[in-house]
Amino acid sequence: MSSARPIATTRSASGMPTGRLAVWWVIASEIVIFGGILTSYVMYRLAHDSFAEQAAHTNTWIGAFNTFVLLTSSLMAVQAHKAADSGDGAKAARFLHYTCLGGILFILVKSFEWASEIGRGYTISSSPFWSFYYTAAGLHALHVIAGVVIMFIVAAAAKQYRDLHRVELIGVYWHFVDVVWIFLFPLLYIAK
Amino acid sequence: MSDHAENAGNETHGGHETHHGDYVRVWKVLLVLLVVSVVGPIVASAIEHRPTALAVTLSTAFGIAVVKAYMVVKNFMHIQFTQRFVPYLVVTMLVFMFLLFAGAAPDVMKSEGRNWVKPGWIAENADYRAHHPDGSAGGAH
Amino acid sequence: MATRPVEIREGHDTPGHHEEPSFFVKYLWSTDHKVIAMQYLFTGMFMALVGGFFSYVFRMQLAWPGESVPLWGLVTPAAYNMLITNHGAIMIFWVAMPVLIAAFGNYLIPLMLGCDDMVFPKLNRLSYQIFLLSVVVLFSSFFVTGGGFGGAWTMYPPLSGEAAYNNTPAGQTIFIVAVALEFVAFLLGGINFVTTAMNSRAPGMKLYDIPMVVWMIVIASIMFMASVGPLVAGAVMLIFDQTLNTAFFDPTRGGDPILWQHLFWFFGHPEVYVVLLPAVGIVAEVITVFARKKLFAYKTVLYTAIATGVLSFTVWAHHQFIAGIDPRMANIFTVTTLLISIPIAEMMFVYIATLYGGSITFSTPMLWALSFIATFLVGGVTGIFLGASGSDIYLHDTYFVLAHFHYTFYPIAIIGTFAGFTFWFPKMFGRHLNETLGKIHFWLTIIAFNGIFLPLFVTGVLGDNRRIPNHQVYPELDNPLMNGLREVATVFLVVMLLAQFVFFYNVVVSLVRGKKAEKNPWKSNTLEWTADSPPPHGNWKELPTVYRGPYEYGVPGRSEDYWPQNVPN
Repeated sequence: MSSARPIATTRSASGMPTGRLAVWWVIASEIVIFGGILTSYVMYRLAHDSFAEQAAHTNTWIGAFNTFVLLTSSLMAVQAHKAADSGDGAKAARFLHYTCLGGILFILVKSFEWASEIGRGYTISSSPFWSFYYTAAGLHALHVIAGVVIMFIVAAAAKQYRDLHRVELIGVYWHFVDVVWIFLFPLLYIAK
Repeated sequence: MSDHAENAGNETHGGHETHHGDYVRVWKVLLVLLVVSVVGPIVASAIEHRPTALAVTLSTAFGIAVVKAYMVVKNFMHIQFTQRFVPYLVVTMLVFMFLLFAGAAPDVMKSEGRNWVKPGWIAENADYRAHHPDGSAGGAH
Repeated sequence: MATRPVEIREGHDTPGHHEEPSFFVKYLWSTDHKVIAMQYLFTGMFMALVGGFFSYVFRMQLAWPGESVPLWGLVTPAAYNMLITNHGAIMIFWVAMPVLIAAFGNYLIPLMLGCDDMVFPKLNRLSYQIFLLSVVVLFSSFFVTGGGFGGAWTMYPPLSGEAAYNNTPAGQTIFIVAVALEFVAFLLGGINFVTTAMNSRAPGMKLYDIPMVVWMIVIASIMFMASVGPLVAGAVMLIFDQTLNTAFFDPTRGGDPILWQHLFWFFGHPEVYVVLLPAVGIVAEVITVFARKKLFAYKTVLYTAIATGVLSFTVWAHHQFIAGIDPRMANIFTVTTLLISIPIAEMMFVYIATLYGGSITFSTPMLWALSFIATFLVGGVTGIFLGASGSDIYLHDTYFVLAHFHYTFYPIAIIGTFAGFTFWFPKMFGRHLNETLGKIHFWLTIIAFNGIFLPLFVTGVLGDNRRIPNHQVYPELDNPLMNGLREVATVFLVVMLLAQFVFFYNVVVSLVRGKKAEKNPWKSNTLEWTADSPPPHGNWKELPTVYRGPYEYGVPGRSEDYWPQNVPN
C-alpha cells in the first residue's frame, strides 16, 4: 500500500502538510453547504412570524444536552490530537473512541427527540419551519455519522501507531461539525 | 504492514507546530457559555419591555454562539497554527454567504407586492386578512 | 511504546518501481492521473455526442415542426422538453466540466508542476467513479415512467417541484440525484487539484512560475467549491419538496420559488466562469507557443482571473430580471454585471497584445485558440445587452439569449477543448494528428457554428421565444423570414455534427499511423514537454527542478527561441 503514495503527497510547498491543507478546503466547501441552508432558513425565519410559534414546540433541554455532548466529544477529540502529537497512538485511539461515543450518544438522543416530535404530529411536511428543522439537523446528523465512521477507522490505525497525523485531521473535521451545531442550536431551539 | 511510515513527511515538512493548551479549561468555559445561552432567553421571556427582551435573546443566543464557535475554532481546530490564508479562506466563504443573503433577502423576505401576495403568507398573517377580507392582492400598499 | 514511526521514505523524490499491472488495473482501476484524465476526457466526449444528438433532434423539430426526425421519430412536446433539458445539463455538467476541468486538470496539473501524481490518487479515482455513476444515473432517468426530466436544466420550481407540472414524476428526482453526484465528484476533484497545486510544485517553482492553465483550473476549482454549496443545500430541499411533500419552494404553503432561483444562480453564474477560466488558460498556453512570445502581462492575466472569480459571485441575479425580483437589486446587479466585462475584456486584450509582433504559426491548435478569442468576443459583447436590465426585459428568454450563451459556451467547451486536445495530443498519445484533416475539421466546425447561431440572434430580436416546441401555433412567430432563419440554423447544425466525424477519423487514424511525436514537438517551455510522450507512470525518472517562468520565448541572446523551465541556464 505504501508504495502507492506518490511523492506529490509528501511535498509541502505551501508550508502546510498536505492532509491538513486538504481538510481545511473540505471545511471551506462545507461552510457554503451549511451556509446555503442556514441563509435560506434565516430569510424565512425573519419573514414569517409563524416560525417563532412553531419553534416553541422544540425541546430546548434536549438541544442543550446534545450541545453539551458535542462540546465534550470535541474535548476528547482534541485530547486525542494531543496524544497523537506526543506519539502515543494507543492513548489517541482511546480518546477517539470516547469521541465516537459522544457522536453515537448525540445520534441516539436525536432519534428519541425526533421520534417524540413526529409522534406529536410535527413531521417534515408540517410547515416550512419543520422542513428546515429536519433538513438542517438531518444534514448535520449525516456529518456526525460520517465523522464517527471515519473516526473508528482512524482509531483502529492509531492503535497500531499508523497514520497518527490523521488523528488531527479527523479532529479538525469533528470540531467543524461541532461548530455547525453551535449555530444550529440557537437557530432551531432558542429563537422562539 | 508499515515499518516505513505511511505518513512520510506529512508532519515534518514545514507547517507550524501545534502548541497544545489547557483544553479542559476551554471546555469548562464553553459549558458556562452554553448555560448562559440557554438561560438568557428564558430570562428574556420574563422581561416585559419587548426591545430589551429581544436584545437579551439575540445577544445570549447568537452572540454567545459566535463566541463559542470562535473558541472552538481557535483552541480546538488550531486555526492560528495554520498558514495565514486559512482564516482568510474561512472568512471569504462566510462573506460569500452574507453576499447570498444580501442578494436574495430583498426578494425572499418580501411577501406581497403591487399585484401579488404569497398565499401561504396570507394564511398566517391575521393582520393582512383583517384588512383584505376578500383575500385580494395588496394593490393599495 | 509511545514512539512515533520514523518518517523516512526510501528514494526520496524518485518514483518507486512498478510491476506491470493487468489491463483492468491499468486502465479502469488506475490511480494514475493521466489514466483518470483520459477516462474523464473520453466520457466527456461521449456525453458531447449524446448532447449533440439531442440538439440535432430538437433543432430538426424547430425547423420542420411536426415532421418525423430521422433516427428519432416524431418529437412530442414532452420529448422536446426532455431533450432541451438534458441537452443543457449534459453540455455543462457532463461535457464542459469533466473535459475542461477534470480531464485537462488531471492531465496537466501534475505534469506542469513537475510531480509524479495528484496528492490524493485514490480520491482522484473515487472522483471519476462517482462521476461515472452520475452518468449512469442520468441515463437511467431516460428509461423510467414519464421519461427524463423535462423542467429545463435550471430546475425552477414549482415546475420542477411538482410532478403534475412537469409530467416526469421519476425523472425529476433522478435528474437532481445525478446532478448532485456530479457535484460530489467535482468537489473531490477540486480539493485534489487545489491541494496539489498548493503543495506539490517542483522545487524552485514559485507562484508566478506556474503555467497559466494550471492557475486557471485551480481558480475555477476554488470558485466551484465556493459557489456550489448553497445549490447542494437547495438540491436537498428540492428533492424533499418532490418526495417528502415539504414546502421549501411552494408559495401556497409558505415557501418561495424565488429562493431556488437565487440558490441556483448563485452557483450558476460563477459556474460560467468556472468553465471559462480553464479554456482561457489553454488558449494562453497555445498562443504563447505558436506566437513564440512571452505572455503579455502574466500577472495582469492572473489578477484579472481572480477579479473575475470574485466579481462573478456578485452578478447572479441578472438571470432573474424578469422573475419579479426587487427592482433596486436589479439596478445593483446590472452594474456588477457590466463591471465583470472589464476583467474579461482585459484578458482578451492581453492575448491580442501577446500575438502582436509574434512569429505566428497557423497550426491547428493555434487556429482553435484564435477562433476562441474571436467568437468569445461576440459572446461577451452580446452579453452587455442582457446584463443591462432594461434591454434584458425585452430580450429575456428569446433566442437572442440562447445565441449569446452559445457564443460563450461554445468557444469555452468546444473550441477550448479542441485547442487543448490538438495541442497536447502528441504528449497524451505519443503521435501527431494529421494537420490537413485537423484544418478541414476546424474550418467546417467554425463556419457551421457561426451559421447556427448568427441567425438565432436575429430571430431572437424578432421575438422568437425559447422553449416553444412548435412555432406554428403562434402566428406572429410563423413567418417566412423566421422560418427560413430556423432552417438555416438547423442545416448548419447538421453540417457541424457531421464535421465531427472528420475529427474522430483523424484521431483514430493518427493513433494508428500518425507520425511519432518526440518529447517536445512544439518547442514549448513548460514541464510536461520534458517528460516522454506519452509520459510513463510516475511521469519522470527524476522529477524536474524549475528555474524560471513558463513563457520565456524569444529571449534575446539565446541561440534557441525557447527556454524550458527546467534548464538551469
